[in-house]
Amino acid sequence: MSDLKALYQEVILDHNKNPRNFKKLEDADYSVEGYNPLCGDHYTVYLKMKGDVISEITFIGSGCAISKASASVMSTVLKGKTLTEVESLFNEFHHLVRGEIKDDVSIEKLGKLAAFGGISEFPVRVKCAILPWHTMKNAIDKKNETVSTE
Amino acid sequence: MNSVASIFDAFPVDKVRRDFPILSSNVHGKPLVYLDNAASNQKPKPVLDAIQDYYTAQHSNVHRGVHFLSGLATEKYEEARIKVRNYINAGSENEIIFVRGATEAINLAAAVFGKKNLEQGDEVLITELEHHSNIVPWQMICEEKGARLRVAPINDSGEVMLDKFESMLTSNVKIAAISHVSNALGTVNPVKQMIEMAHRKKIPVLVDGAQAMPHLRVDVRDLDADFYVFSSHKVFGPTGIGVLYGKAQLLESLPPYQGGGDMIKSVTFEKTVFNDIPYKFEAGTPHIEGAVGLGAAIDYLNSFDWRIVQDYEQALLKFAEKEISKIDGLKIIGTAKEKAGVISFVMEDIHPHDVGTILDSEGIAIRTGHHCAQPVMERFGIPATARASFAFYNTREEIHALVQSIQKVKEIFAHV
Repeated sequence: MSDLKALYQEVILDHNKNPRNFKKLEDADYSVEGYNPLCGDHYTVYLKMKGDVISEITFIGSGCAISKASASVMSTVLKGKTLTEVESLFNEFHHLVRGEIKDDVSIEKLGKLAAFGGISEFPVRVKCAILPWHTMKNAIDKKNETVSTE
Repeated sequence: MNSVASIFDAFPVDKVRRDFPILSSNVHGKPLVYLDNAASNQKPKPVLDAIQDYYTAQHSNVHRGVHFLSGLATEKYEEARIKVRNYINAGSENEIIFVRGATEAINLAAAVFGKKNLEQGDEVLITELEHHSNIVPWQMICEEKGARLRVAPINDSGEVMLDKFESMLTSNVKIAAISHVSNALGTVNPVKQMIEMAHRKKIPVLVDGAQAMPHLRVDVRDLDADFYVFSSHKVFGPTGIGVLYGKAQLLESLPPYQGGGDMIKSVTFEKTVFNDIPYKFEAGTPHIEGAVGLGAAIDYLNSFDWRIVQDYEQALLKFAEKEISKIDGLKIIGTAKEKAGVISFVMEDIHPHDVGTILDSEGIAIRTGHHCAQPVMERFGIPATARASFAFYNTREEIHALVQSIQKVKEIFAHV
């Protein structure tokens, strides 16, 4: 039960129920789809850039609480970040959900993203959390193919 | 008509559960509640023992050996074929081909039937209920031959629309392939009636019996199925083996599937003479211990009075449907009049995967996702369902545990 509480934290349940930046961005520079066919999680991430800074990031789509909250939190965290910062957050988020960041100080530094630390106890759900991130990354890398993390 | 209470009393479920060692295990510190039987069911002790005994005292390669163990292994393997034949009432053991599972059986049938009989402009008729394994092999052979795959629709309850099915049986249709029981919804198709409809137009029928075999006693001659396929691991036997039944005359008319040992009578570099059925379709060393395990599973199933088993399962399904449908915000997908063993459901605002994870933490195993039946999901406009599926070893107490845990899912998600 304690593991479950760590998985379904308030932040995650809240972002699932009231996803932020949950809309299509009409004048987006990039939009890429992410789709995990086995579970049906399906999102499109929209990005608008100003130089090498993300000036707008939104998403639409549907899926489980973990994937939707992950997309929502990601959108709030990445707005205003440079591509270098995005790259580093992308890596840190992966380390976090795979249980590779152990010390509390490093986890705390991740702010709202820290809520996803509990996923490391549920290995089959890691793919849900990272789907929006891989979708965003493909948009930045200007790859237009649909992403899957299965 | 027996009362529901006496139906439950007539089946000694506690005793039966003791035959399945895994059912007394714990998961995440809770007693296992195994409700993923449509994916694969658990194995009774006699099956485990048969496999152990086979490798302890009976193993060698089958066929053509002159030594004692080869003879014994061959005997065990062929004995399993006869058990399968008797269990499904096939006309001859030559009509029983051992394959890896229902999927390989359909691939084999589609490939060799298509090779012989499909041409440009021909049609293969399936239904909207099918598992991907009864869609994709037909799609592949249709593409190769320039034939067309046609799909008989289902209604909102998840039943095949029989009038549509019948009207789609045109002279272009060379074969129909239909599931006996739907894995995603639990619908039991009236396959005997559907086969009659097809036969009136001289169209042969393959029946995917993967989900029917654990719940029903199947008589392939009574159904008059031309092909009938199933997997061992869904009838309490080991994984990696399954059965393709085909009428002897039909099988004899078809070309081989794979080439290799066992499927030949003689080989020279100029010419190979193929073996008789069933060996023509069994290239290479077969899954011998799989066949032995399947034979043991059939012996085990034969130890039951199946009227009692089926009454118990139906009563359990009705009980589960009644209890589960009391939950607010939960909708059962698939409400056919005839169902077996499966309850698929969705919950308002809660994704099936979240339901599955929370139930797992309570020791309850269900399956979530599209169940390899994406067209069925599309038909109902949903990406996925949560699916609880039952075997005769499940109990009313386990249904209570399921219902309580679904309530817990709701509590967790209400907490924002």
